[in-house]
Amino acid sequence: MNITIDINGKDVTAAIEPRVTLLDFVRDVAGLKGTHAGCEHGVCGACTVLLDGEAVRSCLILAAQAEGSQITTIEAVDGTTRQPGELSIIQDAFCESHGLQCGYCTPGMVLAAKTLLQHNPTPSREQVRDAISGNICRCTGYVQIIDAIMLAAERLQGRNQPADGA
Amino acid sequence: MKSASFDYIRPDTLDAVCACLASHPDARIIAGGQSLVPMLAMRLARPSLVIDIAHIDGLSAIRDDDSAVVIGAMVRQAKALSDLLVATHLPLLAKALTHVGHPPTRARGTVGGSLVHADPSAEIPLVAVTLGASLRMRDAGEDVEFHAEEFFIGPMLTMTPPTACLFEISFAKPTCAYVGTGFHEVAARRSDYALAAAAAHIEADDAGVVQDLRLAIGGISDFPQRLPIDIHIDLSAGMADLGTSLTTAIDAALDDVDIVEDMHASASYRRRVAAELARRAVDDALREIAQDLS
Repeated sequence: MNITIDINGKDVTAAIEPRVTLLDFVRDVAGLKGTHAGCEHGVCGACTVLLDGEAVRSCLILAAQAEGSQITTIEAVDGTTRQPGELSIIQDAFCESHGLQCGYCTPGMVLAAKTLLQHNPTPSREQVRDAISGNICRCTGYVQIIDAIMLAAERLQGRNQPADGA
Repeated sequence: MKSASFDYIRPDTLDAVCACLASHPDARIIAGGQSLVPMLAMRLARPSLVIDIAHIDGLSAIRDDDSAVVIGAMVRQAKALSDLLVATHLPLLAKALTHVGHPPTRARGTVGGSLVHADPSAEIPLVAVTLGASLRMRDAGEDVEFHAEEFFIGPMLTMTPPTACLFEISFAKPTCAYVGTGFHEVAARRSDYALAAAAAHIEADDAGVVQDLRLAIGGISDFPQRLPIDIHIDLSAGMADLGTSLTTAIDAALDDVDIVEDMHASASYRRRVAAELARRAVDDALREIAQDLS
């Protein structure tokens, strides 16, 4: 079947089998490899993308179901105006707080954080934990990820300075 | 993990869905897909046809029907969780929804999908049984209605006729002056399948006398079940001291429940936990009413 999905503001059209998930469509058809394939059955959260602005699991959505929706992947986490390699405020906060080690869960974590901070610009640590409860990280132990999201929350309120305040 | 091949169709009427189900007996309906897509990926389900009901008009609304709140089958769990009608009239559902999956699965998962999927540990079926919801389905050109208490008959097994499609769920609004609710569950991890869960919805009259006490348990047996509790409770003088009458009544009610056992928890553990969660759920509900009365 022919499917057209708006990914990061661009229409991507392809003839696919109905069984193709949004995850495979993003990675293999649109060629955007920042969205990671983890468990592929909805447990790990590595494949998180934004669908109409909300964090969802792309492995639990058939590409056909996503037709007519706007998909945002990690490549366009902060809009499409940034240059390759340039980081968003949330991504910066992850780097500075050591919120990643191997990086496999990071795109999902960043997008889960983005959805949270859109709905709640001043979350408590407990609310951050709830927002990333569906994203598994096997490296960090989560504490620095929570630190990173708290730092990003602070910076997104208009105080984007180095963590030590220098 | 990749699904086996299937055909995909996106009908725009309920009768077209029923016709597809009639022509493809092994077809599966997809709503949010948060339960079906993993089953497809693990090849636990191998339908020849997947029928997407997301494009049928009117299934995504929550409406006020005088004495009831009616939730469309395609209403996303996240939408129900932030809905004012649900918050006002169905506080138990609002409480339970925070335990359903994670924010990303609630953004896609639907109220109706969770009900017809009928996982024994799922929260929404437990609430439907507690509140005595009615499930309305379209089948062969007619509307049929099932009472939640008779709808669930086994693990992932319901009374859904082979060619029927759920289109809405009706939850009666509370009728008494005061309403209190409680919801508790125990799971191995945040938002994992509940090993035991309990829901309570209690209504009291103007004088603070409990008129309706509804308690149900989930996760411990093949489907959610009501626990009949018949105790006179008067909250007019504040939180009532029930002594051992509540725990005795819960214990007696649990004697009639066929409790399951698996690698995650023994039957005796599930029973002990369910009894305590049931007590806490009732306690929470009574406290809410006592607080409103004072």
